[in-house]
Amino acid sequence: MYQIVEKRPLSRNITLMQIEAPLIAKKAQPGQFVILRATKDGERIPLTISGTDTSRGTVCIIFQIVGATTRQLNTLEEGDCLADFAGPLGKPTEIEGLKKVCVVGGGVGCAIALPIAQKLHENGCEVHSIVGFRNKDLLILEDEFTACSDKYIIMTDDGSYGTKGVVTVPLKELIESGEQYDMVIAIGPLMMMKFVVETTRPFGVPTTVSMNPIMIDGTGMCGGCRLTVGGETKFACVDGPDFDGFKVDFDEAMKRTAMYRKFEKHAYESTCNLLNKEVQ
Amino acid sequence: MPNMTPNKTPMPSQDPKVRAHNFLEVSQGYTEEMAQEEAQRCLNCKHRPCVSGCPVHIQIPDFIAQVAAGDYAAAYDIISESSNLPAVCGRVCPQENQCEKLCVRGKKGEPVGIGRLERFVADYHNAQPVTGAQKPESNGHKVAVVGSGPSGLTCAGDLAKLGYEVTVFEALHLAGGVLVYGIPEFRLPKDIVQKEVDNLAALGVKIETNMVIGKVLSIDELMEDYGFEAVFIGSGAGLPRFMNIPGENLCGVYSANEFLTRTNLMKAYKHNALTPIMHAKKVAVVGGGNVAMDAARSALRIGAEKVFIMYRRSEEELPARREEVHHAKEEGVEFMMLTNPVEILGNDEDFVKAIKCEKMELGEPDASGRRRPVRVPDSAFTLDVDCVIMAIGTSPNPLIKSTTEGLETKPWGGIIADENGRTTREGVFAGGDAVTGAATVILAMGEGKTAAKAIDEYIKSKE
Repeated sequence: MYQIVEKRPLSRNITLMQIEAPLIAKKAQPGQFVILRATKDGERIPLTISGTDTSRGTVCIIFQIVGATTRQLNTLEEGDCLADFAGPLGKPTEIEGLKKVCVVGGGVGCAIALPIAQKLHENGCEVHSIVGFRNKDLLILEDEFTACSDKYIIMTDDGSYGTKGVVTVPLKELIESGEQYDMVIAIGPLMMMKFVVETTRPFGVPTTVSMNPIMIDGTGMCGGCRLTVGGETKFACVDGPDFDGFKVDFDEAMKRTAMYRKFEKHAYESTCNLLNKEVQ
Repeated sequence: MPNMTPNKTPMPSQDPKVRAHNFLEVSQGYTEEMAQEEAQRCLNCKHRPCVSGCPVHIQIPDFIAQVAAGDYAAAYDIISESSNLPAVCGRVCPQENQCEKLCVRGKKGEPVGIGRLERFVADYHNAQPVTGAQKPESNGHKVAVVGSGPSGLTCAGDLAKLGYEVTVFEALHLAGGVLVYGIPEFRLPKDIVQKEVDNLAALGVKIETNMVIGKVLSIDELMEDYGFEAVFIGSGAGLPRFMNIPGENLCGVYSANEFLTRTNLMKAYKHNALTPIMHAKKVAVVGGGNVAMDAARSALRIGAEKVFIMYRRSEEELPARREEVHHAKEEGVEFMMLTNPVEILGNDEDFVKAIKCEKMELGEPDASGRRRPVRVPDSAFTLDVDCVIMAIGTSPNPLIKSTTEGLETKPWGGIIADENGRTTREGVFAGGDAVTGAATVILAMGEGKTAAKAIDEYIKSKE
């Protein structure tokens, strides 16, 4: 079960895996996520689905190696199996009826933005994609975005590829130049999404953001993923992960995401030590 | 001659000072001698009030007579006629409100330790070499059970014994429901739960984990595409409630579900666990039920120096099992009764630093028959804590309801079902906390049993 049928690096620290999970592949919609455990006794982590192939019965996940669990996940190879893989969880991104959308992706968030851009394109919607990365080495999915976007703008922090700067710069320019978007869909680091929202708010362009807080079960049981949205507490796992960006309390979300930073650093280092020992 | 000692034979247990720092089981169980001694306190009275106090009507005096006679296998068989999870119920049932409440011996002294004897019989049975449950001959009918908690396991077991091909779908990676994610190891060792799950597998029950029904497959798909003739929903009451007071989303505020899931299911208390948990020093647990006791005692065990239980009524109204309250106190948990939190205060980084509460007093009885807590004016005070755990109840999870057309629920989320577990959808049955809201293991088990009988009748009636 849950065999890795394909694994390839997309950049220095981002990996793509195709996981055999036919039931999930059949049901998953853009915007939904899975909860997985790389190994027995591992941590449960949420990862957004980056695509599905119903004929092969596979689900695509793309992850950045940031902590102990993603590092552990990255040690598995083609032919290995994940201990657990449950989904599709959360609500799909609502894209019905949209005619013109700007999709904004930051870093590994582009992996989640891609299936949404593809679906919009498939539905005949005009898609403008703006993606941002720290530098050229971290860029992913360039061909895929090119194929489904009517406009495709790449931004890098250091100018090593595309245009130097942050994603909100071209977003603001496009809106000011008269592009009438039905919606802006932003997926990436919390800080990026916060600034996208601050950019679109004055223009009143509806903006959806995809939240990825700390989770355990993904079914609404623990409440660990709660956020404040429009003054109300919402659970990202069942009420989201997409929310109206104008209503999300990003500052609170950023603090909650950092809750276990010390622990994670420690766990990451001990996993590294363990792996190094194995190598030696 | 019955043993007329007024008190129960004491239960051996770990020293409170030692056990407050480990996750080993607190109560260690009767020896054979203790069990015999206690069994002889039963008067075997004619009108058997204890049986009517048991939600699944175990023939209590009969099994106790067998314990007294030293025939523990016979005692186990008698319990098994009514209960599928005796090792679990002997540990977690609120006996003082059920069988033991009605025991004649309780009128002058303590009632017979029925729960302790049940546990002894089950543990004795489990310690014997496995005889291997026989897989009954299939009757060719398929039934799906959603959720592997007490109601689902019971329903699945009863149906399997009748020859049904049963598949249990569990959303998490491990079967057992609240028995594995909620109730801590020190109160219910997980190998006991695993044994019950293994017993079901031996009966031919298939258990599929990581299956979030309502998402990956709907109830309709189970029935139309997968050939299940009936479905039992025992998806529990998984949705945690919060108080909706300021500061509830600060770092360090947990629902009891989250705190216990991290600790029990994900083993965050172990040194090398990958799942993090906050190792807080001063913890406030809000609520007075078993879940609150479990959370408080778990917090102590992972290193808290001070743990407070805050409950808005008085000690008399605490809904927790008396034994848990007693154990918690022995271990050093401090009980702040008639106390109601109104705000949680954070530091500069939005971590919890204190909790602000008001004192309460008891007024007139409310709808539940308990005296209503009323706030005492100008009684607010602040207590320094670095973690707050909300254990004020849970509601049924809306996941299945929202994806099953025609399945009706009460306004608070409970699935509507009749006394046999029949829902508003033909062929769909439900029981346990998904119907009643958060209740007890034994009630859930009872409903699983009733539904199994109704499912059997339903499927036979269609033949």
